[in-house]
Amino acid sequence: MTEKQKQNLIRIVITSVIMIALNFIEVDGMFRFTLYIIPYFIIGHDILIKAVKGVRNRQPFDENLLMAIATLGAIALALYHSGDYVEAIAVMLFYQIGEWFQSYAVGKSRKDIADLMDIAPDYANMENEDGQLEQVDPDDVKIGSVIVVKPGERVPIDGIVIEGHSTLNTAALTGESLPRDVEPGKEIISGSINLTGLLKVRTTKEFGESTASKILELIEDASSRKSKSEEFITKFARVYTPIVVWAAIALALIPPVVLTVMDSEPMWGEWLYRALTFLIISCPCALVISIPLSFFAGLGAASRHGVLVKGSNFMETLSETKTVVFDKTGTLTKGTFSVVAIHPEKLDEAQLLHLAAHVERYSSHPIALSLLEAYPDEKDDCIIENTEEIAGRGIKAIINGDTVCVGNSRMMDDLGAEWKPCEHTGTIVHVAINGEYEGHIVVSDTPKQHSKAAIKALREQGIRETVMLTGDSKEVAEKVAAELGLDQVKSELLPQDKVSEVEKLLAGKRSEDEALAFVGDGVNDAPVLSRADIGIAMGAMGSDAAIEAADVVLMDDDPFKIATAIRISKKCLRIVKENIWFAIGVKVLVLIAGALGFASMWAAIFADVGVAVLAILNAMRCMYVKAQDPETIN
Amino acid sequence: MKKTYTIDVDCANCAAKMEDAANKVDGVKAASVNFMALKMKVEFEDGVEPNDVMKNVLADCRKVEPDCEIFFE
Repeated sequence: MTEKQKQNLIRIVITSVIMIALNFIEVDGMFRFTLYIIPYFIIGHDILIKAVKGVRNRQPFDENLLMAIATLGAIALALYHSGDYVEAIAVMLFYQIGEWFQSYAVGKSRKDIADLMDIAPDYANMENEDGQLEQVDPDDVKIGSVIVVKPGERVPIDGIVIEGHSTLNTAALTGESLPRDVEPGKEIISGSINLTGLLKVRTTKEFGESTASKILELIEDASSRKSKSEEFITKFARVYTPIVVWAAIALALIPPVVLTVMDSEPMWGEWLYRALTFLIISCPCALVISIPLSFFAGLGAASRHGVLVKGSNFMETLSETKTVVFDKTGTLTKGTFSVVAIHPEKLDEAQLLHLAAHVERYSSHPIALSLLEAYPDEKDDCIIENTEEIAGRGIKAIINGDTVCVGNSRMMDDLGAEWKPCEHTGTIVHVAINGEYEGHIVVSDTPKQHSKAAIKALREQGIRETVMLTGDSKEVAEKVAAELGLDQVKSELLPQDKVSEVEKLLAGKRSEDEALAFVGDGVNDAPVLSRADIGIAMGAMGSDAAIEAADVVLMDDDPFKIATAIRISKKCLRIVKENIWFAIGVKVLVLIAGALGFASMWAAIFADVGVAVLAILNAMRCMYVKAQDPETIN
Repeated sequence: MKKTYTIDVDCANCAAKMEDAANKVDGVKAASVNFMALKMKVEFEDGVEPNDVMKNVLADCRKVEPDCEIFFE
């Protein structure tokens, strides 16, 4: 609570106590007026002062002025007619309660989201000449400096580990709760928390350019890109107050005049009262606050799940997405090879893999890496000699005296080994020992763990069509598409073809209101990312180009996060619509009832404050979206 | 030239009024107020001194919302 909030809370409490006490005191006339005017000033003096300033600055539709007119008017009516001062003071009291609540709720959600985004540390440790650690302003750390990150601290600046082993918690950045191991030579990004060991890091970026700072900047900018709903509300607010105020004036004057002309009782007091109720409902506050608050909370919720949405407008578009177009490699598939099948002739599977891994020991080819990954205990006591790479064929080595050849079918042909084809799609690695065929190993790019669940979850979110674009062969593309359950697949595309495919899909949209999203890894699909209604880049951590080109950035490379992002956006937009309808609906109802004389000032203050409070509470729900477990989707 | 300023204001409607007022000040090309982040982004016309313009922006904002504050120095 801020100082101002505390003061206002005290005023609210004092006024409430006095009002309850006055309830038991029976006095009349001027003494009664004097007694009641005290709590009125306690609770309303700042409003009255602002109202005077409003008049001086010629702001006829200032809500303080309108509130002052309404309550002073009610007091005047009480003085001449009923003696019921409670209503005027209650209106002021509830108005202040509403304002207090708004300010508290907004402050709290601001803080919650700031905590969520508390990822940029405000110091860095550097060693000085005496070898002592010193805390310095991260802004002053130059590229190439060595900083020290102690266990439990956040990494302030992006860099490369030069000393120490540790595990990092990157949850705040990627939403991924599994810690990541780092060792010398590994890149580390700012914002992650060093969990176990002391690390020395050579910085590769300045603080302002580091991941954590970039993300913060992005989130702060995000809520200034306004959505259609926000623009509607701004326009609505601009016309709403003047219309209600003019209606109030008309209501105070026209019916009494008409009644006088018709020779009946003009009832000036009654019509004035009804006009004053109008003034109380004239502030569009509930709408003006709850809509941006919903988006702000939604953006916060998304970033907590490792999804950066770069603006409220993109949040809106995301919720309207009906078609999702994926790039294949690196997006739906891992983009790296792994062993999918082992078909030996006489040996067992482990032996075949064992030999092949030995031969590939010194190679850095992606296929070699996949074999080594599949057989991690490769460094045993076998003797490997004369490793020789045969370009366009494979690798040959002598293992424990036997000549082992690992390569493609041409290598087998050269050896005269009788190789067998395989029914699996992928890259086939044949193995021959001393010229005799021993079988083959199939490696291929495999789908990511959550790709299938992602497609399914998208469908649950109302996505009508999922499309995969790839430069890969038709055979491989169709196999992946079938496995993951995609609706459409376009293969053997050149990078520029992807743009035209997306344009074709854009042209085929059923209506203007539905959106097409493109998901890529951001490496070479910037043109497509910007061409689609909404461009989603994944695994973009550290890739500035991708963050620049995309509208939505997934911090890790899990396609399941796309469904999460869409789910958050839908919830957010649903809440926004609820608030718009609810707030406008209640206000219009009370206005009508007020004009007809059915609504008292009590109803009016509910329409103003009560609605604002409920709309704010509803808006805060945007912040809480539970993570869905991809495993439960299958 | 574009600059971002921290502001202080209590209600969202007031923030919207500040945005309107700021946009009408001479030397301001475009201004937008982000109530949730309490930030005002101002794009200035070429060749103006931001602090001079911001004095007028603050003065005009005070007219629509006496309680507001813009931190520009």
